[in-house]
Amino acid sequence: MSKHLKDSTPTDSEVILGILNNSEAALKKLYTAYFPMIMQLIINNNGDADDAKDIYQEAIIVLYNKVKAGDFELSSKLKTYIYSICRRLWLKRLSQINRYAGDIRDFEEFLPIEEEEVEQHNDRNIQFTKMDSALKQLGEPCKTIMEDFYIHNRSMQDICERFGYTNADNAKTQKYKCLQRLKKLFFQQK
Amino acid sequence: MSDNQLLETIERYLNGEMKADERKKFELLRKENAEVDSKVVEHKLFLTILKQYGERVELETRLNAIHDEVDIHTMKEDLMVHPIWIVQFWRNHHSKISVAASVGIIAFFSTMWFSGKMNSNTNSEIIGLKNRVERLDKSNTNLSRSINAIKSEKGGKPVVDKYSISATGFAITSDGLIATNYHVVEDANAVSVQNANGDTYKAEVLYTEPQHDIAILKVTDKTFEKLDAVPYTFKRAESALAEQISTYGYPEGFPAYNYGALSSLYGQNGDTLHYKITMPINFGNSGGPLWDAKGNVIGITDSKEAHFEGEHFAIKTKYLLDAIKNIPADSLGAKVVLNKKNTLSGLSEKQKVAKAKDFVFMVKVY
Repeated sequence: MSKHLKDSTPTDSEVILGILNNSEAALKKLYTAYFPMIMQLIINNNGDADDAKDIYQEAIIVLYNKVKAGDFELSSKLKTYIYSICRRLWLKRLSQINRYAGDIRDFEEFLPIEEEEVEQHNDRNIQFTKMDSALKQLGEPCKTIMEDFYIHNRSMQDICERFGYTNADNAKTQKYKCLQRLKKLFFQQK
Repeated sequence: MSDNQLLETIERYLNGEMKADERKKFELLRKENAEVDSKVVEHKLFLTILKQYGERVELETRLNAIHDEVDIHTMKEDLMVHPIWIVQFWRNHHSKISVAASVGIIAFFSTMWFSGKMNSNTNSEIIGLKNRVERLDKSNTNLSRSINAIKSEKGGKPVVDKYSISATGFAITSDGLIATNYHVVEDANAVSVQNANGDTYKAEVLYTEPQHDIAILKVTDKTFEKLDAVPYTFKRAESALAEQISTYGYPEGFPAYNYGALSSLYGQNGDTLHYKITMPINFGNSGGPLWDAKGNVIGITDSKEAHFEGEHFAIKTKYLLDAIKNIPADSLGAKVVLNKKNTLSGLSEKQKVAKAKDFVFMVKVY
């Protein structure tokens, strides 16, 4: 009985509310509910389990960001939406790696997905890849300082203590130095 | 203001940490100083991306943690659409099947070999690219009627043109010598040629070389006016493999352009008379000019291998030039002088065809 409950599909509004409330349980329910469907799509269309994971997570991220941004309108079943996004992302990936045979085996009904819907996501991914490599090039301790301050919203006081700076001014100077370098590394990437 | 100070000011501004009057001052500075303004915009964008990047990393970590609890392997087994039993059977037993099949094939061919079936060339006969417009039996009763049918259409009343075969020919000289294939005019009672404008002229078979499948026609019609200088030249030297080639002809009685590649310097069974060419030509292209990319005639499109689609042959120009030399002097009014100046070279295919089409004729055989 408990297993059945665990695997049960969450209602669509449960998922949306869960995302808005940062509910870990809702995210988990969502994830486990539709992953098999996408696994089926990918592994029967020239992909493997890792491809399925990548594509599915990307689709969940697309959904997550849309919900968070408040511009998600549920015009179909969530299941259909997720399937359609994954289908679109996978077709794109297939043609990028030249494995697209001109035909895809479908398992669910799907909606036409606007180009801009995944395009926007793609643009973001490009920015994030740049940021990722800029942070890696930046090195320590700058990387952690940047992450602590700008991502995790830690106070300068915290950072001061963690890195053993004798006064807040030193830490601040260090922070701006790091920031200048990070920006340079980020923007110089093409 | 140093860069660091400016950054700090921008951050304070973006975070709303400025007092009202300081804020006003800074906004004024932004308005007046485009550099400062763009720095503000840039920094805001950068911080947004950095923040979103952090959120993305966190979300991915969460998703990966969830993913790690999923039993991928079992799920994969369950979800794979299993191929039908015959495919499975093949996957499991293909090596055995292959061995059995090889034994069978070897046995078949060795039987063929020993029984002498493979030694004759009859199974790869070449059929000519004649376009049999009608399967007219060329009996004597047809003869008189056919000859009457060849009239210059410009003068008298229009007559129904009752030719039985149509093919292609092209001008060698501007005074009406036309090259085509021997198999086109073989058994001809009468011959005429039709130019790009649709005007038909009476012609005669001047010289043939059946062994090379070459025929030279001469336009005998009185209404025939001398052509302009022939725009193409004839290339005696062997062309290179993979040369881009083109032809223009009358495959089904209507003009058509085709292009392709020179696929072999040898014809069927390794003969050196032909080139093997890959281009979609048809019955009726027989006797057409085969140009290389520069507009040199390198061959006469000849015939179609009966058993392989898309594979055709062309007689090398060398044999055409030899044939022209071999025309008995007494059947010619004057010595044949071939064009030496190629005016097609450097033109686009479109321009080339437009220029050369007046020198390619539909050969009609009665």
